[in-house]
Amino acid sequence: MAPGSQAPLLRISALTKRFGGFIALDNVSVDIPPGQRFGLIGPNGSGKTTLINCISGAFRTEPGTVTFRDEDITRLAPHIRTRRGIARSFQIPRPFRSMTVAENLMVGLDFAADTSVIVSEAQRRDTMMSILTRMGLASKANVSATKLSQVELRKMELARAMATHPKLLISDEAMAGLSSSEVDEVLDLLMSLADQDITIIMIEHIMQAVMRFSERVMCLEAGKIIAIGTPDQVMANQRVQEAYLGT
Amino acid sequence: MKRNGMYFWGGAALFLAGALLMTQVIGNQYPFFACYVILQFIVLAVAWSILGGYAGYVNFGTSAFFGVGVYTAVFLFKATGVPLAVQIAAAAAVGALMGFALGLLTLRMQGIFFSIATIAATIIIETAITNWRYVGGASGIQLQRPAVMAPFDNYVEMLFFVQAVMVVLAVAISRYIQNSWIGRGLQALKDDELAAECTGVPTLRLKLTACVISGALMCAAGAPAAMYLQYADPASAFNLNYSVSALAMSLIGGTAHWAGPVIGAILLGVTQQLLTVTISSEVNVLVLGVMLVLFVVAAPEGIVGLIRKVRSKRNEGEG
Repeated sequence: MAPGSQAPLLRISALTKRFGGFIALDNVSVDIPPGQRFGLIGPNGSGKTTLINCISGAFRTEPGTVTFRDEDITRLAPHIRTRRGIARSFQIPRPFRSMTVAENLMVGLDFAADTSVIVSEAQRRDTMMSILTRMGLASKANVSATKLSQVELRKMELARAMATHPKLLISDEAMAGLSSSEVDEVLDLLMSLADQDITIIMIEHIMQAVMRFSERVMCLEAGKIIAIGTPDQVMANQRVQEAYLGT
Repeated sequence: MKRNGMYFWGGAALFLAGALLMTQVIGNQYPFFACYVILQFIVLAVAWSILGGYAGYVNFGTSAFFGVGVYTAVFLFKATGVPLAVQIAAAAAVGALMGFALGLLTLRMQGIFFSIATIAATIIIETAITNWRYVGGASGIQLQRPAVMAPFDNYVEMLFFVQAVMVVLAVAISRYIQNSWIGRGLQALKDDELAAECTGVPTLRLKLTACVISGALMCAAGAPAAMYLQYADPASAFNLNYSVSALAMSLIGGTAHWAGPVIGAILLGVTQQLLTVTISSEVNVLVLGVMLVLFVVAAPEGIVGLIRKVRSKRNEGEG
């Protein structure tokens, strides 16, 4: 799949984000075609999460535009972007703590479900249960979100994102702090979602996971793109090795 | 769900029938005087809880809304002499507008900033009314009650029944919100505003909706107060006591369920009335404070939270 051969799902052009005098993102441009498994790497503080916040709408960007499915979404509020099909998980899980796992998903289904398919309350419940089953959380449906283990929380965040029927799913370090078997579990989940026509941007520090998952990798350093290409190309890049791997 | 609804509306009908029966049977005026105040606090607590409980935005401006309700009624009565129902409807409309304006200005701020802004609003509005001669200014205004309507033979009895109708209305609205997608959205944004936005919840719009509904109900609850006392003055109409009471009643009852503020308002309202009669009206405030402290320490989720805890313990015991 050669990038550029079809209209990109997400186009970021000349994006800059400043916090006071600090430039967190400096003139970042990238196209992500539909269906791509996209890995985003870079050392701590390189601007990965800032980029995600600009895509999902948590931050407003000054210069630069974000185009999603041929629509300029730069000025749209986060909840409207979610309804357009951009979903995300958070680096530190942010569940709705007063709710059960099922209710967490119902929020997404109530506010951002695909209304052309899902109309009735019964359909919402069915969809919720089928997402939970796929995520391996069915037995936890009526458990409070505060009672979940770390890996379950990560899965629930992905499940809640799935409830909004995304076209683009951004996974922000969904594997941080997990054991290696748990990493494989979450990785398999993300792979199976990618097989379902969902474009996925994965931010991750666990290199093996990124390399196994991604079709294309981008490396940020100090708010700038220093390499972009296939996983092998990026890993072979001298600057990536210097900046990221410290060799 | 369906059956719950039937029970609810059955209960509401019974409550109104009971209130109406009271006005026809009881000759003594005191019970109506006392119960009117309790009913008024139920409306205020339920209204407060729609924004303060469901959305978690603590409003210290209950007295601002209540006072504006009082003075909307005073102004309309003096200027046009319109009947009570119109005064209440107008107060609700003014309250909704005020909620919208205050919400638009302050709901972008999170947490404590919103609360501070509501206190500021109270002071500004009270000062404005104090300097408005037409409605009596600082010295207040005397009002002559118009003739009472059938089937009531006394104006206070009528006000009591009107306030009972408002209780049913307020509780029905609050219950509807809790059980609908609006309630789910408010609960989500109370837990985590950014996560709610990223799950598709239009947080600002929902907060504004809650603020508008809450404000309309608070103003409506205040509208009959001038006729109840046949007098209105800024210091008592905008008394901070309304803000503290509405907040304390909601928190003590529990904000996770619509019934919480109702339970809290009845409990505190009855206690206050009893204390006023037996000891003095000043002890009220002391008791309110002590109870609030006790509940915050021992049962932060309020009475509703306590009941839930006991229930889930019992279920675990069975399982």
